Amino acid sequence: MTVHNLYIFDRNGSCLHYGEWNRKKQAGISKEEVRQEAQLIQLKDGFLTFQTSKYKLHYYETATGIKIIMNTDLGVPNAKDILHQIYSTLYVEYIVKNPLCVLGEQLSSDLFSTRLDLYIRALPFFSPRAA
Amino acid sequence: MAIFSVYVVNKAGGLIYQYDNYVPRAEAEKTFSYPLDLVLKIHDEKVVVSFGQRDGIRVGHALLSINGVDVNGKFTADGKEIIEYLKDSTNYPVSIRFGRARLSSNEKLMLASMFHSLFAIGSQLSPEVGSSGIEMLETDMFKLHCFQTLTGIKFIVLADPRQSGIDALLRKIYEIYSDFALKNPFYSLEMPIRCELFDQNLKGALEIAEKAGNFGPGS
Repeated sequence: MTVHNLYIFDRNGSCLHYGEWNRKKQAGISKEEVRQEAQLIQLKDGFLTFQTSKYKLHYYETATGIKIIMNTDLGVPNAKDILHQIYSTLYVEYIVKNPLCVLGEQLSSDLFSTRLDLYIRALPFFSPRAA
Repeated sequence: MAIFSVYVVNKAGGLIYQYDNYVPRAEAEKTFSYPLDLVLKIHDEKVVVSFGQRDGIRVGHALLSINGVDVNGKFTADGKEIIEYLKDSTNYPVSIRFGRARLSSNEKLMLASMFHSLFAIGSQLSPEVGSSGIEMLETDMFKLHCFQTLTGIKFIVLADPRQSGIDALLRKIYEIYSDFALKNPFYSLEMPIRCELFDQNLKGALEIAEKAGNFGPGS
Protein backbone atom coordinates (compact mmCIF):
# COMPACT_ATOMS: atom_id res chain seq x y z
CA MET A 1 0.00 0.00 0.00
CA THR A 2 1.53 3.26 -0.95
CA VAL A 3 1.07 6.89 -1.84
CA HIS A 4 2.19 7.79 -5.37
CA ASN A 5 1.97 11.55 -5.57
CA LEU A 6 0.20 14.66 -4.36
CA TYR A 7 -0.87 17.90 -6.09
CA ILE A 8 -2.15 21.10 -4.52
CA PHE A 9 -3.98 23.61 -6.74
CA ASP A 10 -5.41 26.99 -5.86
CA ARG A 11 -8.78 28.36 -6.87
CA ASN A 12 -7.49 29.65 -10.23
CA GLY A 13 -5.99 26.29 -11.07
CA SER A 14 -2.31 27.15 -10.66
CA CYS A 15 -0.28 24.32 -9.23
CA LEU A 16 0.97 25.31 -5.80
CA HIS A 17 2.77 22.15 -4.87
CA TYR A 18 3.63 18.77 -6.29
CA GLY A 19 5.26 15.93 -4.41
CA GLU A 20 5.96 12.38 -5.46
CA TRP A 21 6.99 9.35 -3.51
CA ASN A 22 6.52 6.25 -5.62
CA ARG A 23 5.95 6.90 -9.27
CA LYS A 24 6.53 4.24 -11.87
CA LYS A 25 5.53 6.15 -14.97
CA GLN A 26 5.40 9.84 -15.82
CA ALA A 27 1.98 11.22 -16.59
CA GLY A 28 1.23 11.09 -20.29
CA ILE A 29 -0.26 14.55 -19.91
CA SER A 30 1.20 17.74 -18.57
CA LYS A 31 0.36 19.50 -15.31
CA GLU A 32 -1.85 21.78 -17.37
CA GLU A 33 -4.11 18.88 -18.18
CA VAL A 34 -4.15 17.65 -14.59
CA ARG A 35 -5.30 21.14 -13.71
CA GLN A 36 -8.02 20.97 -16.34
CA GLU A 37 -9.20 17.68 -15.02
CA ALA A 38 -9.25 19.15 -11.52
CA GLN A 39 -11.50 21.91 -12.81
CA LEU A 40 -13.80 19.45 -14.57
CA ILE A 41 -14.07 17.42 -11.41
CA GLN A 42 -14.86 20.51 -9.42
CA LEU A 43 -18.18 20.74 -11.25
CA LYS A 44 -19.31 17.60 -9.53
CA ASP A 45 -20.33 18.61 -6.06
CA GLY A 46 -19.31 16.22 -3.34
CA PHE A 47 -16.83 14.26 -5.47
CA LEU A 48 -14.48 12.24 -3.28
CA THR A 49 -12.46 9.72 -5.21
CA PHE A 50 -12.18 7.61 -8.33
CA GLN A 51 -10.27 4.44 -9.01
CA THR A 52 -8.98 2.57 -12.02
CA SER A 53 -7.53 -0.92 -12.12
CA LYS A 54 -4.17 0.31 -10.86
CA TYR A 55 -4.56 3.43 -8.72
CA LYS A 56 -6.99 5.53 -6.76
CA LEU A 57 -7.27 9.29 -6.93
CA HIS A 58 -8.52 11.13 -3.84
CA TYR A 59 -9.78 14.68 -4.08
CA TYR A 60 -10.46 17.28 -1.43
CA GLU A 61 -11.64 20.83 -2.04
CA THR A 62 -11.89 23.53 0.57
CA ALA A 63 -14.41 26.34 0.64
CA THR A 64 -11.71 28.73 -0.59
CA GLY A 65 -11.07 26.74 -3.74
CA ILE A 66 -7.86 25.00 -2.67
CA LYS A 67 -7.80 21.53 -4.24
CA ILE A 68 -5.70 18.71 -2.87
CA ILE A 69 -5.32 15.63 -5.07
CA MET A 70 -3.58 12.47 -3.93
CA ASN A 71 -2.90 9.35 -6.00
CA THR A 72 -2.48 6.16 -4.03
CA ASP A 73 -2.76 2.50 -4.78
CA LEU A 74 -6.02 0.61 -4.46
CA GLY A 75 -5.65 -0.57 -0.88
CA VAL A 76 -6.32 2.83 0.63
CA PRO A 77 -9.86 3.46 1.90
CA ASN A 78 -11.40 6.90 2.08
CA ALA A 79 -8.65 9.45 2.47
CA LYS A 80 -10.89 12.48 2.93
CA ASP A 81 -9.86 12.88 6.58
CA ILE A 82 -6.19 12.63 5.70
CA LEU A 83 -6.49 15.30 3.02
CA HIS A 84 -8.40 17.44 5.49
CA GLN A 85 -5.55 16.97 7.98
CA ILE A 86 -3.01 17.96 5.34
CA TYR A 87 -4.96 21.12 4.72
CA SER A 88 -5.58 22.11 8.34
CA THR A 89 -2.36 21.09 10.05
CA LEU A 90 0.12 21.65 7.22
CA TYR A 91 -1.17 24.08 4.62
CA VAL A 92 -2.90 26.46 7.02
CA GLU A 93 -0.16 26.33 9.63
CA TYR A 94 2.88 26.64 7.40
CA ILE A 95 1.63 28.55 4.37
CA VAL A 96 -1.38 30.63 5.23
CA LYS A 97 0.05 31.79 8.52
CA ASN A 98 3.42 32.54 6.95
CA PRO A 99 3.64 36.29 6.15
CA LEU A 100 6.39 35.67 3.61
CA CYS A 101 4.45 33.18 1.50
CA VAL A 102 2.55 34.78 -1.34
CA LEU A 103 -0.66 32.84 -1.87
CA GLY A 104 -1.28 31.95 -5.48
CA GLU A 105 2.31 31.19 -6.41
CA GLN A 106 4.41 28.06 -6.16
CA LEU A 107 4.93 27.28 -2.50
CA SER A 108 8.53 27.94 -1.62
CA SER A 109 8.43 27.04 2.04
CA ASP A 110 11.03 24.36 2.84
CA LEU A 111 9.44 23.74 6.20
CA PHE A 112 6.15 22.94 4.50
CA SER A 113 7.81 20.54 2.05
CA THR A 114 9.70 18.65 4.73
CA ARG A 115 6.73 18.47 7.07
CA LEU A 116 4.49 17.23 4.27
CA ASP A 117 7.06 14.59 3.35
CA LEU A 118 7.30 13.42 6.96
CA TYR A 119 3.52 13.34 7.28
CA ILE A 120 3.06 11.23 4.18
CA ARG A 121 5.79 8.83 5.22
CA ALA A 122 4.15 8.45 8.61
CA LEU A 123 0.80 7.45 7.16
CA PRO A 124 -0.18 3.90 8.11
CA PHE A 125 -0.60 2.86 4.52
CA PHE A 126 2.67 4.23 3.20
CA SER A 127 5.44 1.76 2.52
CA PRO A 128 8.30 2.64 0.18
CA ARG A 129 8.40 0.00 -2.50
CA ALA A 130 11.67 -1.34 -3.78
CA ALA A 131 12.28 0.54 -7.04
CA MET B 1 -34.34 2.10 -5.09
CA ALA B 2 -30.60 1.65 -4.66
CA ILE B 3 -29.69 1.69 -8.35
CA PHE B 4 -30.30 5.14 -9.75
CA SER B 5 -29.51 4.89 -13.44
CA VAL B 6 -27.80 3.02 -16.24
CA TYR B 7 -26.03 4.64 -19.20
CA VAL B 8 -24.43 3.02 -22.23
CA VAL B 9 -21.79 5.01 -24.12
CA ASN B 10 -20.41 4.01 -27.52
CA LYS B 11 -16.82 4.09 -28.79
CA ALA B 12 -17.01 7.72 -29.86
CA GLY B 13 -18.32 8.92 -26.51
CA GLY B 14 -21.95 9.34 -27.53
CA LEU B 15 -24.78 8.22 -25.27
CA ILE B 16 -26.69 5.36 -26.88
CA TYR B 17 -28.90 4.27 -24.00
CA GLN B 18 -30.02 5.62 -20.71
CA TYR B 19 -32.43 4.39 -18.06
CA ASP B 20 -33.45 6.19 -14.88
CA ASN B 21 -34.94 4.50 -11.87
CA TYR B 22 -37.40 6.65 -10.01
CA VAL B 23 -35.51 8.41 -7.26
CA PRO B 24 -37.31 10.41 -4.60
CA ARG B 25 -35.62 13.75 -4.96
CA ALA B 26 -35.14 16.16 -2.12
CA GLU B 27 -37.80 18.80 -2.59
CA ALA B 28 -39.04 21.53 -0.31
CA GLU B 29 -42.20 23.59 -0.62
CA LYS B 30 -42.51 26.75 1.45
CA THR B 31 -44.71 29.78 1.63
CA PHE B 32 -42.89 33.07 1.31
CA SER B 33 -43.85 36.63 2.05
CA TYR B 34 -42.46 39.79 0.49
CA PRO B 35 -39.53 40.40 0.26
CA LEU B 36 -38.06 37.05 -0.74
CA ASP B 37 -35.01 36.25 1.38
CA LEU B 38 -33.45 33.97 -1.22
CA VAL B 39 -31.24 35.23 -4.02
CA LEU B 40 -32.22 33.65 -7.32
CA LYS B 41 -30.35 33.64 -10.59
CA ILE B 42 -30.93 32.28 -14.06
CA HIS B 43 -28.67 29.38 -14.94
CA ASP B 44 -29.10 27.24 -18.06
CA GLU B 45 -32.67 28.42 -18.70
CA LYS B 46 -33.71 27.55 -15.15
CA VAL B 47 -34.18 29.67 -12.05
CA VAL B 48 -31.82 28.46 -9.32
CA VAL B 49 -31.04 29.47 -5.77
CA SER B 50 -27.69 31.24 -5.54
CA PHE B 51 -27.76 32.40 -1.90
CA GLY B 52 -29.94 32.04 1.15
CA GLN B 53 -29.80 28.34 1.96
CA ARG B 54 -32.32 27.35 4.63
CA ASP B 55 -35.01 24.86 5.60
CA GLY B 56 -34.09 22.18 3.10
CA ILE B 57 -33.68 24.64 0.25
CA ARG B 58 -30.06 24.48 -0.81
CA VAL B 59 -27.89 26.49 -3.15
CA GLY B 60 -28.23 25.05 -6.62
CA HIS B 61 -31.82 23.91 -6.17
CA ALA B 62 -34.07 24.90 -9.02
CA LEU B 63 -37.48 26.52 -8.72
CA LEU B 64 -39.94 23.79 -9.67
CA SER B 65 -43.40 25.24 -9.16
CA ILE B 66 -45.19 28.38 -7.98
CA ASN B 67 -48.47 28.01 -6.09
CA GLY B 68 -48.67 24.40 -7.19
CA VAL B 69 -48.31 25.11 -10.91
CA ASP B 70 -45.13 23.75 -12.54
CA VAL B 71 -42.92 26.39 -14.11
CA ASN B 72 -41.65 26.32 -17.67
CA GLY B 73 -37.93 27.16 -17.58
CA LYS B 74 -37.64 30.77 -16.46
CA PHE B 75 -41.30 31.57 -17.13
CA THR B 76 -44.41 30.61 -15.21
CA ALA B 77 -47.02 28.43 -16.85
CA ASP B 78 -48.88 31.56 -18.08
CA GLY B 79 -45.74 33.00 -19.64
CA LYS B 80 -44.71 35.60 -17.05
CA GLU B 81 -41.03 35.95 -16.18
CA ILE B 82 -40.45 34.43 -12.75
CA ILE B 83 -37.89 36.93 -11.48
CA GLU B 84 -40.17 39.85 -12.36
CA TYR B 85 -43.16 38.05 -10.85
CA LEU B 86 -41.32 37.59 -7.56
CA LYS B 87 -40.24 41.24 -7.42
CA ASP B 88 -43.86 42.35 -7.35
CA SER B 89 -45.13 42.52 -3.76
CA THR B 90 -48.78 42.15 -4.81
CA ASN B 91 -48.16 38.54 -5.79
CA TYR B 92 -47.30 37.56 -2.22
CA PRO B 93 -47.77 35.42 -0.14
CA VAL B 94 -46.60 32.80 -2.62
CA SER B 95 -45.91 29.09 -2.21
CA ILE B 96 -42.79 27.94 -4.05
CA ARG B 97 -41.35 24.46 -4.46
CA PHE B 98 -37.57 24.03 -4.82
CA GLY B 99 -35.64 20.89 -5.57
CA ARG B 100 -32.85 19.33 -7.56
CA ALA B 101 -33.52 19.91 -11.21
CA ARG B 102 -33.92 16.76 -13.25
CA LEU B 103 -31.36 16.43 -16.05
CA SER B 104 -32.68 17.02 -19.55
CA SER B 105 -31.63 14.60 -22.31
CA ASN B 106 -29.21 17.17 -23.72
CA GLU B 107 -27.53 17.49 -20.37
CA LYS B 108 -27.25 13.73 -20.11
CA LEU B 109 -25.63 13.54 -23.55
CA MET B 110 -23.14 16.19 -22.51
CA LEU B 111 -22.33 14.48 -19.25
CA ALA B 112 -21.83 11.14 -20.99
CA SER B 113 -19.25 12.67 -23.34
CA MET B 114 -17.60 14.43 -20.43
CA PHE B 115 -17.28 11.16 -18.60
CA HIS B 116 -15.90 9.50 -21.72
CA SER B 117 -13.06 12.07 -21.74
CA LEU B 118 -12.46 11.84 -18.00
CA PHE B 119 -12.25 8.09 -18.36
CA ALA B 120 -9.40 8.48 -20.86
CA ILE B 121 -7.64 11.11 -18.76
CA GLY B 122 -7.89 8.75 -15.78
CA SER B 123 -5.74 6.18 -17.52
CA GLN B 124 -3.24 8.85 -18.66
CA LEU B 125 -2.80 10.29 -15.19
CA SER B 126 -1.81 6.94 -13.83
CA PRO B 127 1.41 6.77 -11.83
CA GLU B 128 1.66 3.08 -12.69
CA VAL B 129 1.95 1.40 -16.05
CA GLY B 130 -0.94 -0.42 -17.60
CA SER B 131 -3.83 1.30 -15.89
CA SER B 132 -7.35 1.00 -17.20
CA GLY B 133 -9.74 3.93 -17.31
CA ILE B 134 -11.95 4.97 -14.40
CA GLU B 135 -13.73 1.95 -12.98
CA MET B 136 -15.41 3.50 -9.99
CA LEU B 137 -16.09 7.08 -8.98
CA GLU B 138 -17.38 7.90 -5.54
CA THR B 139 -19.17 10.93 -4.14
CA ASP B 140 -21.08 11.33 -0.90
CA MET B 141 -24.42 10.77 -2.62
CA PHE B 142 -23.73 7.95 -5.07
CA LYS B 143 -21.16 5.64 -6.60
CA LEU B 144 -20.61 5.47 -10.34
CA HIS B 145 -19.34 2.16 -11.73
CA CYS B 146 -18.03 1.82 -15.26
CA PHE B 147 -17.19 -1.26 -17.28
CA GLN B 148 -15.48 -0.90 -20.64
CA THR B 149 -15.75 -3.84 -23.03
CA LEU B 150 -13.05 -4.97 -25.45
CA THR B 151 -14.88 -3.12 -28.23
CA GLY B 152 -14.91 0.23 -26.43
CA ILE B 153 -18.54 0.26 -25.24
CA LYS B 154 -18.90 1.61 -21.70
CA PHE B 155 -21.63 0.50 -19.36
CA ILE B 156 -22.13 3.00 -16.55
CA VAL B 157 -24.23 2.35 -13.47
CA LEU B 158 -25.04 4.95 -10.82
CA ALA B 159 -25.98 3.37 -7.51
CA ASP B 160 -26.22 3.95 -3.80
CA PRO B 161 -22.75 3.87 -2.18
CA ARG B 162 -23.76 0.90 -0.06
CA GLN B 163 -25.06 -1.20 -2.93
CA SER B 164 -22.93 -4.27 -3.60
CA GLY B 165 -22.71 -6.67 -6.52
CA ILE B 166 -22.45 -3.97 -9.17
CA ASP B 167 -19.56 -5.73 -10.95
CA ALA B 168 -21.74 -8.75 -11.56
CA LEU B 169 -24.53 -6.43 -12.66
CA LEU B 170 -22.27 -4.72 -15.20
CA ARG B 171 -21.27 -8.08 -16.67
CA LYS B 172 -24.93 -9.06 -16.77
CA ILE B 173 -25.87 -5.87 -18.61
CA TYR B 174 -23.10 -6.64 -21.12
CA GLU B 175 -24.65 -10.08 -21.61
CA ILE B 176 -28.11 -8.57 -22.11
CA TYR B 177 -26.64 -6.05 -24.57
CA SER B 178 -25.04 -8.78 -26.68
CA ASP B 179 -28.15 -10.96 -26.55
CA PHE B 180 -30.89 -8.42 -27.25
CA ALA B 181 -29.17 -5.54 -29.03
CA LEU B 182 -26.28 -7.02 -30.97
CA LYS B 183 -28.13 -10.11 -32.12
CA ASN B 184 -31.06 -7.98 -33.25
CA PRO B 185 -30.74 -7.77 -37.06
CA PHE B 186 -32.43 -4.36 -37.10
CA TYR B 187 -29.97 -2.78 -34.69
CA SER B 188 -26.99 -0.89 -36.14
CA LEU B 189 -23.79 -0.71 -34.14
CA GLU B 190 -23.00 2.46 -32.19
CA MET B 191 -26.55 3.77 -32.71
CA PRO B 192 -29.10 4.48 -29.95
CA ILE B 193 -30.54 1.26 -28.60
CA ARG B 194 -34.29 0.97 -29.20
CA CYS B 195 -34.94 -2.68 -28.51
CA GLU B 196 -37.89 -3.58 -26.31
CA LEU B 197 -36.42 -6.88 -25.16
CA PHE B 198 -33.25 -5.07 -24.07
CA ASP B 199 -35.34 -2.69 -21.91
CA GLN B 200 -37.36 -5.49 -20.36
CA ASN B 201 -34.40 -7.66 -19.52
CA LEU B 202 -32.43 -4.72 -18.20
CA LYS B 203 -35.22 -3.81 -15.79
CA GLY B 204 -35.40 -7.44 -14.70
CA ALA B 205 -31.65 -7.57 -14.06
CA LEU B 206 -31.80 -4.34 -12.01
CA GLU B 207 -34.54 -5.78 -9.83
CA ILE B 208 -32.51 -8.91 -9.19
CA ALA B 209 -29.43 -6.86 -8.38
CA GLU B 210 -31.31 -4.69 -5.91
CA LYS B 211 -32.57 -7.73 -4.06
CA ALA B 212 -28.86 -8.67 -3.74
CA GLY B 213 -29.38 -11.88 -5.63
CA ASN B 214 -26.87 -13.66 -7.77
CA PHE B 215 -27.51 -14.17 -11.43
CA GLY B 216 -28.05 -17.87 -11.91
CA PRO B 217 -27.18 -19.60 -15.17
CA GLY B 218 -29.81 -19.02 -17.79
CA SER B 219 -31.51 -16.15 -15.89
